[in-house]
Amino acid sequence: MTLSNEPLTLLEARHLTRIFGGGENEVRAVDDVSFAIHPGEIVAIVGESGSGKSTLARLLLRLLEPTSGQILFRGEDITALHGPRHLKTYWREVQGIFQDPFASFNQFYSVGRVLKKTLDLSDEKLSRAEQQQRLELALRNVGLDPTDVLKKGSHQLSGGQLQRVMIARALLVDPEIVIADESTSMLDASLRVTILNVLSELRARLQMTILFVTHDIGQAYYLSDRVFVMYHGQIVEQGPVEEVLHDPQHAYTRRLMADVPRLGGWGAKVAAD
Amino acid sequence: MEVRDLRAYYETKAGPPVKAVDGVSFTLDEGEVLGIVGESGCGKSTLASVLSLGASPTLRIKGGSLVLNGEEVDLEKMGGVPREWRGKIVSLLPQRAMNSLNPTSRIGDFAYDVMKAHDSRVNRREAIKRASQRLEQLGLPARVLQSYPHQLSGGMRQRVVTVISTLLNPTVLIADEPTSALDVSSQKALVHLLQRLLEERVITRIVFITHDLTLLSNIATRIAVMYAGEIVEIGTTEQIITRPEHPYTRALIHSTLEPEQGVRKRKIEGLTGSPPDLRNPPSGCRFHPRCPHAMEICTRETPPRVGTSRHYATCWWVKQRVEAMNEGDLRDTVERAAHTA
Repeated sequence: MTLSNEPLTLLEARHLTRIFGGGENEVRAVDDVSFAIHPGEIVAIVGESGSGKSTLARLLLRLLEPTSGQILFRGEDITALHGPRHLKTYWREVQGIFQDPFASFNQFYSVGRVLKKTLDLSDEKLSRAEQQQRLELALRNVGLDPTDVLKKGSHQLSGGQLQRVMIARALLVDPEIVIADESTSMLDASLRVTILNVLSELRARLQMTILFVTHDIGQAYYLSDRVFVMYHGQIVEQGPVEEVLHDPQHAYTRRLMADVPRLGGWGAKVAAD
Repeated sequence: MEVRDLRAYYETKAGPPVKAVDGVSFTLDEGEVLGIVGESGCGKSTLASVLSLGASPTLRIKGGSLVLNGEEVDLEKMGGVPREWRGKIVSLLPQRAMNSLNPTSRIGDFAYDVMKAHDSRVNRREAIKRASQRLEQLGLPARVLQSYPHQLSGGMRQRVVTVISTLLNPTVLIADEPTSALDVSSQKALVHLLQRLLEERVITRIVFITHDLTLLSNIATRIAVMYAGEIVEIGTTEQIITRPEHPYTRALIHSTLEPEQGVRKRKIEGLTGSPPDLRNPPSGCRFHPRCPHAMEICTRETPPRVGTSRHYATCWWVKQRVEAMNEGDLRDTVERAAHTA
């Protein structure tokens, strides 16, 4: 029997824990979290503010040291690596997109300059023309016109355009995984849908794996295949999105579902069908 | 309460002013919650600050009046809402209000400061007593007055600031994105608190400003849709969410993502493009560059207001459709029915 039927694990967390403070003020922001993510999957991490979603995202991006536990990428223990020199390869494979594009964009740089700096992460020696080609392709991938945006600064772009630039930036180094932490929260409804569609197309076209952190179940439901529900630092429920939202097992998931606003009512309708 | 033809522009050093609020009119009856919805940069927050505070060094009120409790105020001449009205008659619950608390003083001190600012004779004990009675009346724990802000959750801080901002029983509460930094459970709790404030007759009217139409539909009795500084459609919540007329309202309704079966299976298209530069708004209808139904006339002429003063849309396309309907165009009626179904 071959192993080919088994889904490969791309990213794995084993007993991942991060504690802030100590003694009386100890906060177990991420508390013994374990999971496995397969290539090409879109997984949503949902939960209320303070549930540890963003801390988990930052741990997985290796921007924050875990207190204990392991992160494995293609079977290799990433938590053993420290410092930019050793993590560079990992950061090429795992890219983050954050909540506020204005905060993560150097306001003195043009779009072109920010993107070129990201390209420097790559070990490939590219000619100027090749670099330019890559930048233009990345921008077109997210529905932006390179001739229009490359020379502009962040103040000349709208929030939605800038967030798409941040997605293009993340895609430049051709990562295996994109971790999007509330990347669409501050956008207006109509733009939000556009960005979610961009992510969904990227998965379809490039087989990209996406970890999507959100407090909005509507977005999680629209975009993802699987969902992890976080509560007080723990994953209290996980499974295929239809299943979890159709038949929530944990009391917290049920509460979350009941509090979702709908047009003219409260509570998700999935469970009622 | 009535707002008539309000205009508020931001002065820029060079070039034309930013017309953030451009000719906004609406009425607000007792017990009503008027929702104002629109994307970032459409002038929602400017409207909130003009109605509750006044002009600032860069924001100029270029016209308009406010009628409240039988008194009419010329906002342009007065430079905003009269000072003695602020907090007492019109109160603002600003964006990110929960971060407006002083981290080094107790909530009770904040309540005292707020009351003292409006009535210098009030003493500390009275103020805290009043605040604690109010909290209990609304089903919130009075012990929060002894707490420091960091000891409370974001949702609780937001509820407490809401209660304190209505301590003086203002006629109107202007809530500017009060729920945008909260998770869904806290959003629901805040909406219930606001409804309770109306039921207990602490306040009699709310203007609720947000970009979240789904949430808004659960509190507003009427909804005004703003685009590029103007109200493009207004109507009861029911009318707006079940029978939207303006193409922009339709796009907003269409792009709400609800966790309901079937949503996953179809692709929902958002609006393309971005909101216009309000220094040089597009000619004719300001929405025409992004509108799927734009016609030649839309690029040239200001769209007409179709409907009554309580329920209208400003749009050439809507006008055509209504005229076609009036002529008894059966096909159109059928298409319309199919669309709303």
